[in-house]
Amino acid sequence: MTLNDLFVLSPEIIVTVSALIILILDLFLAAEFKRSLAGFTLFGIVLAAVANAFIPIGSAPLIQGMLRVDAISQFLNLIFLVGAGVAALLSADYVKRQGIARGEYYALILLSTLGAMLMGSSANLIMIFLGLETLSIPLYILSAFMRTRSASQEAGLKYFLLGSFASALLLYGIALLYGATGSIQIDEILAKLPAAMLATPLFVYAGGGLLLVGLAFKAAVVPFHMWAPDVYEGAPTSATAFMAVAAKAGAFAALLRLFGPGLMQIDSAGVVIIGILAGLTMIFGNIAALAQLNLKRLLAYSSIAHAGYLLLAITAAQSTPLAGTAINGLLFYLLIYTLMTLGAFGVVILAEGRGENLSLSDFSGFASRHPWIAGAMAIFMVSLAGIPPTAGFIGKFLIFSAVIQAGEIGLALIGVFASVISVYYYLRVVYYMYMRPSTSERPVFVSGFIVLGVGLTAIAVLVFGIYPSVILQWLPQAASATLP
Amino acid sequence: MPIENYLILSGILFSIGALGVLMRRNALIIFMSIELMLNAVNLSFIGFARQLGDPTGQVIVFFVLVVAAAEVVVGLAIIVNIFRAKDTVDIDDIDVLRG
Repeated sequence: MTLNDLFVLSPEIIVTVSALIILILDLFLAAEFKRSLAGFTLFGIVLAAVANAFIPIGSAPLIQGMLRVDAISQFLNLIFLVGAGVAALLSADYVKRQGIARGEYYALILLSTLGAMLMGSSANLIMIFLGLETLSIPLYILSAFMRTRSASQEAGLKYFLLGSFASALLLYGIALLYGATGSIQIDEILAKLPAAMLATPLFVYAGGGLLLVGLAFKAAVVPFHMWAPDVYEGAPTSATAFMAVAAKAGAFAALLRLFGPGLMQIDSAGVVIIGILAGLTMIFGNIAALAQLNLKRLLAYSSIAHAGYLLLAITAAQSTPLAGTAINGLLFYLLIYTLMTLGAFGVVILAEGRGENLSLSDFSGFASRHPWIAGAMAIFMVSLAGIPPTAGFIGKFLIFSAVIQAGEIGLALIGVFASVISVYYYLRVVYYMYMRPSTSERPVFVSGFIVLGVGLTAIAVLVFGIYPSVILQWLPQAASATLP
Repeated sequence: MPIENYLILSGILFSIGALGVLMRRNALIIFMSIELMLNAVNLSFIGFARQLGDPTGQVIVFFVLVVAAAEVVVGLAIIVNIFRAKDTVDIDDIDVLRG
């Protein structure tokens, strides 16, 4: 390890140090000042984002080939940091209201972000495993953070048992690939796979399959999604918001590294399987969301459906000349997904008031009572449905056009069909807010931090929808970076 | 002794663990089964490292042990917390969330 390695890793180091400082500060802060820890968390995240923008990037592996800091991992880091920052804004007053205002909460968010960042820059299978665990273990704790509420306890237990089961599957996949190829470097493995497939096909296919299943669990891809609705519903809403974006973005970062461009040359059956998973996820996620009246469950199924669109981009990235376009689409969509999901959960936190279990009927006449919050929610719903002029439309457009160019017309049709279904349940929320008479007088919970978070994400979703070039001009560099 | 025997044993242990996760209803037993799966993987890492003459596999085992220890801490805390509230760790009785 050289000094330069440390410099390139400064975003990760800043995030880690911030988490440790928060744990220490927490010991000395009186209860009424705990909110300042959210401010410190944001400070650390902004510092890491600034460092991330200035680090020199190259595709050469660092630290004995453990990490690869290239343009893709730089953009992924930005997504993770934006997600963590907005999540910290949404949490600041929410945790206080729920009586769980403890410093560990922010430290866990930062550590989980660190895990996602490590996954995004992994050049090595064991780093993927360690990053995944660093991402997941804090998330288990965060979902069980409301220790006295049975829903939160149950969410923590379910997430923990299924999550560590998935980690064990993933680890066995790593072991088998290591045995088949004699290496844990991703680029070496890809180079040696064709020969290994002839020598020990069982190890290669079982190993690759287990890796895919393990990551599909974390990304909540059908048929490995069953934990998601329960965990999303039971966890504290601010933790759900963070989990929905961090776990998904981290898992897709690893999927891009492992099953991105290059898989097609090695095994076309693997590409077909990913395509089938994408189709199943889009159809099932959207159809199951139709019946949901609980807002958190609705957003859970919506996040499952979005995993399907993201998988589509991975499928499209297989056709070599178009890999750049598809990866651009994936990265853009991940960023927009992060913004609109966090924003929608922010509105849920505001509308929950002091209670829990926000249902659709609580939104009846919401627009007449709180026109600004309702306006923001309408923007998020329209964007999640993929309707112009929001950023969600641009993201879907990029992915679907990459899929069509790659010749996967059938998958693109399924995607468009699934999006049409999704319009119904997203716009139903808008319909309740604007068209229904006000029935419930559930008082909203007004907090400056949360309103700021919701406002910023709503503006970003609109601005990136009208001027997508703000983001897109960064992306060609990201896609031109060499993938292993 | 040929290396295949170790790999077969680790495959059997892993399958027993996976079946335990899927079939048992006690959260503690499920958790033990997950630990069994992780240790089966460790055995196969060591077997492969021996076969390849490469220490990487053995080093990985240390990482996995640390991760498993961290998982134990968090998992037991969650299970103990539930046991205090409900006096049971049977996952069929823990069913507030559904729908």
